[in-house]
Amino acid sequence: MTSTSTTTTTRRPDAAAGGAGQSRPPRASRLTRLLRRNSRGKVTTILLLPICVIWIYPFLWMVSAALKTDAEIFSGLGLIPSDPQWDNFARAWNDANMGQYFVNTVLITGGSIALVVMSAAMIGYALGRYSFPGKRIILVAYIATVFVPEGYTVIPIFDLVNTLGLAESLLGVTLAVSGGANVIVVLLFAGFFNQLPKELEEAAVIDGAGFVRVFWKVMLPLAKPVIATAIILQFMQAWNAYLLPLVLTLSRPELRTLSVGMTAFQGQYFNDWSGMAAAATISLVPIIVVFVFLQRYFVDAVAGAVKQ
Amino acid sequence: MTLQSDRYQELARSARSAAAGSLGRRIVRARWCYLFVLPSLTLSILFTFYPAVASWWISLLDWSGFSSVPVYTGLDNFREVLGDEYFWGAFRRSFIFMFAAVPLQLGISLIVAIVLNDSKLRMAPFFRTMFFIPVVTTAAIVGIVMTFVLAQHNGPVNTALMDLGLIDQPVDFLGNPDLALPTVIGVFVWKWMGLTMIYWLAALQVVPADVYEAARVDGANRWQTHWRITMPLIMPFAAIITLIGAIGALNVFPLIQTLTGGGPFFATEVMEIYIYRTAFGVEGATAPRLGYASAAGVWFGICVMLIALLQGLAARRVAAMRRDLQGGGARS
Repeated sequence: MTSTSTTTTTRRPDAAAGGAGQSRPPRASRLTRLLRRNSRGKVTTILLLPICVIWIYPFLWMVSAALKTDAEIFSGLGLIPSDPQWDNFARAWNDANMGQYFVNTVLITGGSIALVVMSAAMIGYALGRYSFPGKRIILVAYIATVFVPEGYTVIPIFDLVNTLGLAESLLGVTLAVSGGANVIVVLLFAGFFNQLPKELEEAAVIDGAGFVRVFWKVMLPLAKPVIATAIILQFMQAWNAYLLPLVLTLSRPELRTLSVGMTAFQGQYFNDWSGMAAAATISLVPIIVVFVFLQRYFVDAVAGAVKQ
Repeated sequence: MTLQSDRYQELARSARSAAAGSLGRRIVRARWCYLFVLPSLTLSILFTFYPAVASWWISLLDWSGFSSVPVYTGLDNFREVLGDEYFWGAFRRSFIFMFAAVPLQLGISLIVAIVLNDSKLRMAPFFRTMFFIPVVTTAAIVGIVMTFVLAQHNGPVNTALMDLGLIDQPVDFLGNPDLALPTVIGVFVWKWMGLTMIYWLAALQVVPADVYEAARVDGANRWQTHWRITMPLIMPFAAIITLIGAIGALNVFPLIQTLTGGGPFFATEVMEIYIYRTAFGVEGATAPRLGYASAAGVWFGICVMLIALLQGLAARRVAAMRRDLQGGGARS
């Protein structure tokens, strides 16, 4: 997404300066300028490398601290542990229940992705492709929710989840985490379905397909790129959710997510630095790895969201 | 926006169908649409619309926890909120936070985006990935990790600063009331800079490569190209990116709660922390006050919505200006 007008001349400065300089003397000044530009690219690269290392240093430090002894953690800046303490991970996973919290987080995230992507695709299809009484009201109401801060709704949600009797299981947290109006995802689907040609469903209808069948067999398969975007956006939101899971699991420690469990760990064993670093590593490294492998899709998803 | 043009189509269509049948018939005809709207709408009603309205009602109650019986007290909570110095402290800090963090985040990320957008730069995707990593990580856990990284005694940041000779004494970044808020803002900007950077990069993509080519042929230097071409073309995006950034700067609970918990001495207690603290109480110190916290939330919510509305209006004007500009460009 960043490379735009890189020509062969600018990419290889030595060849450009040597060869083109002789054959086309009038353009020499421009070539030297291009040369200068290219060395600027190199200089920036060299400057950016250390900045990037500093930028992600907290995570490098965290992973290294997870493998050190408590005494070693605060003894210097070196990242390589002298004797890897794998026991830290065992302690975090078992004693601090990070294993259970990990499973909870995976279930909540997975459940909310399924719920949000499916329901957003459906409402997006109805809003994007059909007109019906009340459509405008729904659209306006959804867009207005952008301005409702999270802290503002947490008390009624807590009350509601308890009233509905959902506080006993992960279902309550999953629903609450999925329950934001997810405007961006809905609008992405609506916009996508809106621009598909009309002939698509006309052909399917002639073949005898009903509303649901057209959606399921014709429309949804076409929307794969939007589905990918929606999955990534919801994944980031659900995995990082904190306030709602915190409030909803105040009295039920067994339902905690990784982020909530981590803060409980901090309160309980506040001087087990290496154990905490291990717990943080358990929570953060999976999402970083997923991101690094799928970074192209992440970036496109986020960029696509703002282009809307 | 595609939905904009859709609205006109819809108007035309509904005018036609109004002639074709009554409202009831139109509703029956669209029954499948309603079925498709239902799952998402149910979720939104339960967990967004209803809570937004219910907090208004709760704000009129004296309610000290979910096991107790709420008592209607009218506007008492609001009166008390307006007289509470801690509320106004948190209110002020939320806006300080926003007005410091958002410009910093936007400015830094714009610079990084322009640097990364340079076609001559090697490894740009690698750098982009690195800068984005903090964004995908869980804010609450990042907060805890940063309390270690910024620790006063032998924390890596202090050790590095001491080794470089920049400071003589370790700095208590999170424990010093004067430093805590700037530190929290710094961590926030670091955490979310990558996200805004991607927005800017997306905006920069709208500037066609041949425009730069043409400018270069005409002899424009990089600085001129930047100020005369890039900036005007991406400014329409600035409004929406600022709006997203401002909304983000109001959702700071996980980071601040884990970094400082609002301390030291309330130095970092922003609105969300204040609401959480008053709503659920501090164990062994204060009782939960759900109604009171809701009143604070409602009052703050109104202020935020007003700001968002003003910004939305501004964004609309900018968008209109952009349309004019593009119209002019097409003609020439």
